[in-house]
Amino acid sequence: MDSQTVAARQEGEIAHHEGAHPHYLRHHFETVEQQKEAVSFGMWLFLLTEIMFFGGLFMAYLLYRNWYYDAFVSASNTLGIGLGTTNTAVLIISSFTMAMGVYCAEMRNKRGLMLSLSATILLGLVFLGIKTIEYHDKYTEHHIPGANFSIDDFVHPADKRDVALAPDVAQHAQIFFFLYFAMTGMHALHMIIGISILFGLLYKASKDAYTTGHTSIIDNFGLYWHFVDIVWIFLFPLLYLISRHPLH
Amino acid sequence: MSHPTLEDAHAEPHIVGPKVYGLILLALLCLTALTTGIAFVNLGVFSPIVAIGIAVIKMTLVILFFMHVKYSSRLVMLTVGAGFFTFIVLITMTLSDYMSRAWGLW
Repeated sequence: MDSQTVAARQEGEIAHHEGAHPHYLRHHFETVEQQKEAVSFGMWLFLLTEIMFFGGLFMAYLLYRNWYYDAFVSASNTLGIGLGTTNTAVLIISSFTMAMGVYCAEMRNKRGLMLSLSATILLGLVFLGIKTIEYHDKYTEHHIPGANFSIDDFVHPADKRDVALAPDVAQHAQIFFFLYFAMTGMHALHMIIGISILFGLLYKASKDAYTTGHTSIIDNFGLYWHFVDIVWIFLFPLLYLISRHPLH
Repeated sequence: MSHPTLEDAHAEPHIVGPKVYGLILLALLCLTALTTGIAFVNLGVFSPIVAIGIAVIKMTLVILFFMHVKYSSRLVMLTVGAGFFTFIVLITMTLSDYMSRAWGLW
């Protein structure tokens, strides 16, 4: 480090202590707006890698549904549409409460922020709870791919609208359930990580960390939470809806 | 060296309020009910197209309003657009490969 840099840094330190700019403005940014811009740009780049990550799973689903269409239709119809729709609504409402959290942070409303974050945690936990019920149903129905998987429901379907599949074709239902668990499981993992972070945010929010002007962390977490919501917005129709038997 | 003013590069800071969020929430819940209802109607090959179409509309609402992209700088808009464009390109190329691989072999 040459002497000029040291001098510049010391000057910055002095300015810092004199309160020439907000304490959260890093020295390599000129303005708060520039810092905010860089922070949200970085978050978006991370989200793009997430699009590619989930994109691989979506691609696999698209292709296998094309190859083993009959098995996918039968397997998809065993999913509970009531639980799936409820979970979609729960997650959308949690996105709303998170958006309200961002708003409250911008308005410097500490109580509102803490309420919004708590509501988001609660709705996230409700989503995971409903998901657990669904996973447990798959377990009792022997629809988890692997050694205990049973093709009975697909070879001798209870619903008359289901095509009775030949045993070798019915085995392909395992691929549907493998993708179901991989996609919803990876989504649930994102939720678990999100809820863990939310607890940390809630604690720091109680210490006035985000209601004194520096909202970037809340903003970025909001982006993450909404992204997880978007993933579910696509998982729901692909897994639950598009293969549904018509009522008439 | 003359400094370009920083204001040129940034969108006006814009705070989205509860009213907009509430309307978007309502729209998203209505679209969820709609897509679930339509799933039981016999649309044949159009069933997945309609379902994915509604999902894309819901995603657009979330990105534009909940994620503030409508009020963001052009850099962020371009980043989001480039991400989805690349994703579409990858899906299209992969699917066209799988569809055309066996052409001329039978």
